[in-house]
Amino acid sequence: MAYVAVTGGQEAIEASIKLLKYYRTDGDKNLEIEAIKDKMKLLIDRVMSEAGLYAPTYAALALKQCEGSLEEAVFILRAYRSTLTRNHYSKTMSSVDMRMIRRISAAFKDIPGGQILGPSYDYVHRLLDFGIMDETEEENEKWRNSYEQCHQEEEKYTFPRVSDILREEDLLEEIAEEHREAFDITLNKLPLPAPRSARLQTMARADTGYISGLAYSSLRGFGAVHPTVGELRTGWLSVEVSYVLEEGQDIYVGDILVTEVESFVSASKKKTKEHDEMKVGIGYGCVLGRNETKAISISILDRALRVAGEAPVNDEEFVLLHGDCLEMNGFLSHLKLPHYVTFQSKLDQLRKKKED
Amino acid sequence: MAYNISNQHYNFAFLDEGAKREIRRSILKAVAIPGYQVPFGSRELPIGRGWGTGGLQITLSIIGKDDCLKVIDQGSDDSVNAVSIRKLVTATTGVETTTDTNAATIIQSRHRVPEEKMRNDQVLVLQVPNPEPLRSVSPKETVSRNLHAEAEYSGIWLRLYEGIVKYGRTVIGADHPVMVSGRYVMNPSPIPRFDNPKLHQAECLYLFGAGREKKIYAVPPYTDVVSLAYEDHPFAIENVKGRSCRLCGATDVYYDEIFDSETNEHYFQCSDSGFCEKRRNGTEVNLS
Repeated sequence: MAYVAVTGGQEAIEASIKLLKYYRTDGDKNLEIEAIKDKMKLLIDRVMSEAGLYAPTYAALALKQCEGSLEEAVFILRAYRSTLTRNHYSKTMSSVDMRMIRRISAAFKDIPGGQILGPSYDYVHRLLDFGIMDETEEENEKWRNSYEQCHQEEEKYTFPRVSDILREEDLLEEIAEEHREAFDITLNKLPLPAPRSARLQTMARADTGYISGLAYSSLRGFGAVHPTVGELRTGWLSVEVSYVLEEGQDIYVGDILVTEVESFVSASKKKTKEHDEMKVGIGYGCVLGRNETKAISISILDRALRVAGEAPVNDEEFVLLHGDCLEMNGFLSHLKLPHYVTFQSKLDQLRKKKED
Repeated sequence: MAYNISNQHYNFAFLDEGAKREIRRSILKAVAIPGYQVPFGSRELPIGRGWGTGGLQITLSIIGKDDCLKVIDQGSDDSVNAVSIRKLVTATTGVETTTDTNAATIIQSRHRVPEEKMRNDQVLVLQVPNPEPLRSVSPKETVSRNLHAEAEYSGIWLRLYEGIVKYGRTVIGADHPVMVSGRYVMNPSPIPRFDNPKLHQAECLYLFGAGREKKIYAVPPYTDVVSLAYEDHPFAIENVKGRSCRLCGATDVYYDEIFDSETNEHYFQCSDSGFCEKRRNGTEVNLS
């Protein structure tokens, strides 16, 4: 199964694909889609966020299909997405209506409704837990039953936003509302400069590692934005679309789990008076699923992109054009394709130069 | 009509009809403004982004049931990526395929223009990694777009000049920029300089697709395409003099260089595998 580009390509590919299946099906235990979906929730969330497709079962299938490779799973879902006809845009959703499972603020200790820690790895010690090495379904079921007895019905909280407190005091930098349809980055090439809706979408679909690294660079000093997490909320939003046959009627499509972050940074505004006015500026980030670091990172970059500066994070084209999972991995992996013709052309120049 | 791959039904030519129509509109605009890069809503395909998805979206959008397709990669019909792309198109369209340049109605290619002359009823779709000839002048799209609008190409001329000053000759290998119809400077995709002259006043339609960069551009038939060069340092193709194909004996074509590690010898072999095969079968070929 050598890498032959001159002849025998077809057979070599078929042999490679067979071997791949042999690797994927390794071992005695079958991995059920349901198990991936239920037990690898955060991985599913990450795949869905980078694919821009809310489909937990398909995300699980994609992961099973590619031996758990994140970039491959995202790739498969994106390609599948291209085959689907786009019929609707959802109605605008407000996170004030979010049915929250987690909500914290690092800005205020007491917030209306209180802090809800929810399920989070922030408060556990990251010790390898040998106790679950041999856990059984029966044990888990028993534990879950007793847990559910104590927590009869999962409460779903809805609260106003923390930023509203600052808004009432007129301490918040106002951002003009845009009453126009959001730009759709999946159907159009990103315009530059990009509207904020396109920026936020691009970052929501971007590779998590890329977005986090960029935000970290800003935090460390390349374009210093050191925000306070005003509010981080994770919860369910109801998706509705307009009913075409009757005006004013909406159809409920389903629920999506999202993480939303509002970061506070200090902002100054030039006043006609002697001194500038100090206000609290906001950075916003929202992603599919439980994806907190990414949501915080987007909020930092959203802010950094709206201020002038020389750091990488202030450069819109730099930030927005290099983080798409498919684009970066696709172009990097294309380097494995034969470049015989182009390399020959380069060699020709080098040889001619030598002859000169 | 639906097509079946892995027990899943797909639309004819994979993409949904709305997407194909949208891409065809971008192609029409590209044909109307030769050499101008038309932005389009590039879709994700099951083939790697950077592996020919721009060309593939063009092919999928223009292909019909009666078309006959040829796919080549670096001149070869049998290269891994050509095989993979051909497989996807045939699985979702059921169209006929060929390795014969003459018999094809659509040819999708990476890094080569076929040796045989193409006709007015044929389309050559080229895959493009970097559509922007001004990218070496500025990494920013906002800047290069303005430069194109103002036909401000001194940055590219300077790049050619710097090569001459530094090395005594122009040093661009493949993807040597061209002026299209006296207006837009264009990357012809990384074809060897040997292929550049084939674009000038050609009979066939050239379509260029960059999937990752989301751009489509075109050279319509009978368009002036001039490779950029200074008068005292004229444009030169790669040296092919004194070489011949070890399989078919062809001269004055573009070659792959093959190195035999046992005998320590260099051989040359036609880069265009379909052309070479025809010559060996004694079929008549029509050189461009």
